[in-house]
Amino acid sequence: MLLPLAAPALPLDEAGKYVAGAYVVFMVLLVVYVAIMAAKLGRIERELREVAAIAERNKGGQAAPGREAEEAAPRV
Amino acid sequence: MYGKGLKPLSIATVAMLALALSLVFFYAPLDADQGFIQKIFYVHVPLAIVALTGFIVGGVFAIAHLRTNNRKWDAYSYVAIHISVIFGVAVLITGAIWAKASWGHWWVWDEPTLVSFLIVFLLYATYYPFRYAIEDRDRQARYASVFAVTAGAFVPLNFMAVRMAQSLVHPRTFATAEGGMPGEMMLAFLCMLVAIGLLWTTLVKFELTAKSASGQVKRLRRALDAPTGGSSSRIAPEVS
Repeated sequence: MLLPLAAPALPLDEAGKYVAGAYVVFMVLLVVYVAIMAAKLGRIERELREVAAIAERNKGGQAAPGREAEEAAPRV
Repeated sequence: MYGKGLKPLSIATVAMLALALSLVFFYAPLDADQGFIQKIFYVHVPLAIVALTGFIVGGVFAIAHLRTNNRKWDAYSYVAIHISVIFGVAVLITGAIWAKASWGHWWVWDEPTLVSFLIVFLLYATYYPFRYAIEDRDRQARYASVFAVTAGAFVPLNFMAVRMAQSLVHPRTFATAEGGMPGEMMLAFLCMLVAIGLLWTTLVKFELTAKSASGQVKRLRRALDAPTGGSSSRIAPEVS
């Protein structure tokens, strides 16, 4: 088991691919996680729009006749 | 609520990662024994330390949940363990790459450090099916907390295995008979440790913010008597 310790260091051109591999794995995992989070946030945003549309519909159905003109007025 | 302070935290994480990577590749000297390969150490070891600490933090949150019965702590515990498992995957892959480059093998079964980390990782990999197996949300949260506390207590064994391992193959990180790492290496290592710790905290906060937003939308849907979306997770706790 002590034999690997006695082995000389790998030359830079060979060692470079292993080091790059390790750091790329780290970055890829990070990017995949961020992509999953972005997809989750996109879904939440879509659900929020749906809920807002339902709220608007409910509000429109319950609005008193006198308030219709008020609601139709452009918001500043 | 959970999104508060997320922007400065994210900026600090990116800045710290950039600084740490610069130190690793442009400041820290090459190791006399391993040469350039030793640069893997700066990402592998901090990831392992942060992942194992995250498991313990998950256990501490679980204790808070069992003490207070507040579901918020269950969500904290779940997210801490979730991010730590992702870091654990990175530890195993970067470790395998380092092992292949240094020892010529992707995995060495008689190395206590590797095997003990794998055992801890596999233990936490069962956390998800464990949660999924319990339908009742209250029971699920309670049992998951007990799991997190028990498994969290098991984690220090991994640290002890590293320190007590008699094998000379796995490199020691800090104190060695020769006096440990040189100052430049230690500085780069500590910066990377802080950067990875910040990354873990940022990702936990991101996850909690997303869960909180999702929980608020569900509450809104319920308040509006609208059908809830079919994408609800059976294992991830809701955050209000």
